[in-house]
Amino acid sequence: MNYTLDFTPVINGLPSLLAACLGTLGLAVGGMVLAIIIGIGGVILRDSPIRPVRWLVKAFVELIRNTPFLVQIFFIYFALPLAGLRLDPTPTAIIALGINGGAYAIEIIRGGVQSISKGQVEAGLALGLHKSQVFRLIVLKPALRAIYPSLTSQFILLTLTTSVASAIAAYELTSVAQRIESDSFRSFEVYGAVTLFYLVMSWLLMSIFGLIQSRYFSYPVK
Amino acid sequence: MTSLEHASPATETPMIVMEHVDKWYGEFKALTDINLAVRAGEKIVLCGPSGSGKSTLIRCINHLEIYQKGAIRVEGITLGSDPGTIDAVRREVGMVFQNFNLFPHLTVLENCTLAPMRSLRMSKAKAEATARRLLDRVKILEQAEKYPAQLSGGQQQRVAIARALCMGPKVMLFDEPTSALDPEMVKEVLDTMVALAEEGMTMICVTHEMGFARQVADRVIFMASGEIVEEAPPEVFFSNPSHERTKKFLGEILHRH
Ligand SMILES: Nc1ncnc2c1ncn2[C@@H]1O[C@H](COP(=O)(O)OP(=O)(O)OP(=O)(O)O)[C@@H](O)[C@H]1O
Ligand SMILES: [Mg+2]
Repeated sequence: MNYTLDFTPVINGLPSLLAACLGTLGLAVGGMVLAIIIGIGGVILRDSPIRPVRWLVKAFVELIRNTPFLVQIFFIYFALPLAGLRLDPTPTAIIALGINGGAYAIEIIRGGVQSISKGQVEAGLALGLHKSQVFRLIVLKPALRAIYPSLTSQFILLTLTTSVASAIAAYELTSVAQRIESDSFRSFEVYGAVTLFYLVMSWLLMSIFGLIQSRYFSYPVK
Repeated sequence: MTSLEHASPATETPMIVMEHVDKWYGEFKALTDINLAVRAGEKIVLCGPSGSGKSTLIRCINHLEIYQKGAIRVEGITLGSDPGTIDAVRREVGMVFQNFNLFPHLTVLENCTLAPMRSLRMSKAKAEATARRLLDRVKILEQAEKYPAQLSGGQQQRVAIARALCMGPKVMLFDEPTSALDPEMVKEVLDTMVALAEEGMTMICVTHEMGFARQVADRVIFMASGEIVEEAPPEVFFSNPSHERTKKFLGEILHRH
């Protein structure tokens, strides 16, 4: 092996790689916010008294969890314009990530909600609170606490999945790396550096999740 | 708290009326022809073997359980005649559960202010003042900022009583409030209930604490297989029960204690 490492393209490309990291984090955070909204909304609708609504949520979860994300993001990217909605790659990627993450979040959060005892709900109802208040004020927080580790690892996965958005040329780390790599042919160095960047971003997000946990979910339990 | 003690029972409509109530869980008939009228200020102790329908009966009163036949009126409001009646009744009826059911993510104070603020639209200041007054009454004010998991069972149950009282209920329902407690904590909860009874609260208590029944009950009701078998003032109920099943039940329960 007489491969000589040459990090010059990486060093020269560093400003654009770091900027692209922010692009990746933007996609990730945007996707997570949407996923949380879809997740909580989906859990509520999943137990709707209206049967077709419940059925739709189930079908949505099945569809998303049993098809590849790459196909989903292409579908959204190319199908939305047919429906008259033309979006840039980056918002499209956020929507796709949110929809994908949301389907998983529905199942995860639902597990948390089911772990809350019926007695909690009954205590809320007996105090004159409405069903929706009971969910929002009594069930939701302990439910999220119960599944917080699963939800956050799903969100780390979502963050790493942002690289798939390079397929529609959304602004994020992998697509910028691809450009630098194809200009310099320094694949090993470029993807080595990018791997490290992803690792650092995952760690960063995990420590933020940890802070959120200690701030909001640290009430004592038995 | 206004005292209800001196209201004249003869002239007023009962606080709770159950008429010919039947309830099924699917195929299983849990209540059969329940008829019960509870006057304002009256204290009822409900007892009977496990599975006899005691919980089901009191849970019908605040519509935690639906029933298929008969009628229930609380303070003249007929349950279920329109959806608003359920809310109206629940605001008048407090309930205390065997397992406390305090909200783990809220402090003791927040447990007490949640429903008054959200259901009665009380201001935070007023809700907190009420909560502190009632926490003081159940002798647990110093724990107001703690979380439920940091309290003993007896303390949690006293908080649960205060939480229910914060809604200003006219009736309190207790479902075996001391059954989940360690023996040394039973007394503090029973003392709280006795004090509440002495203040004139209308109460229906499912309990096997026969000492409590003798001390505060105006009537003891014995249920078996979903029916009211016997009801009598405690003096009569304990010394001279008329039904065979009551005698058998009392034999078992008094033997155990
Ligand atoms: N949700 C339910 N579905 C089906 N059956 C039920 C349900 N809840 C209660 N039952 C049945 O109804 C009967 C009455 O139950 P209930 O809980 O009212 O009894 P209880 O007198 O309170 O008993 P315990 O002393 O054990 O608390 C029991 O046979 C019970 O198995
Ligand atoms: Mg019971």
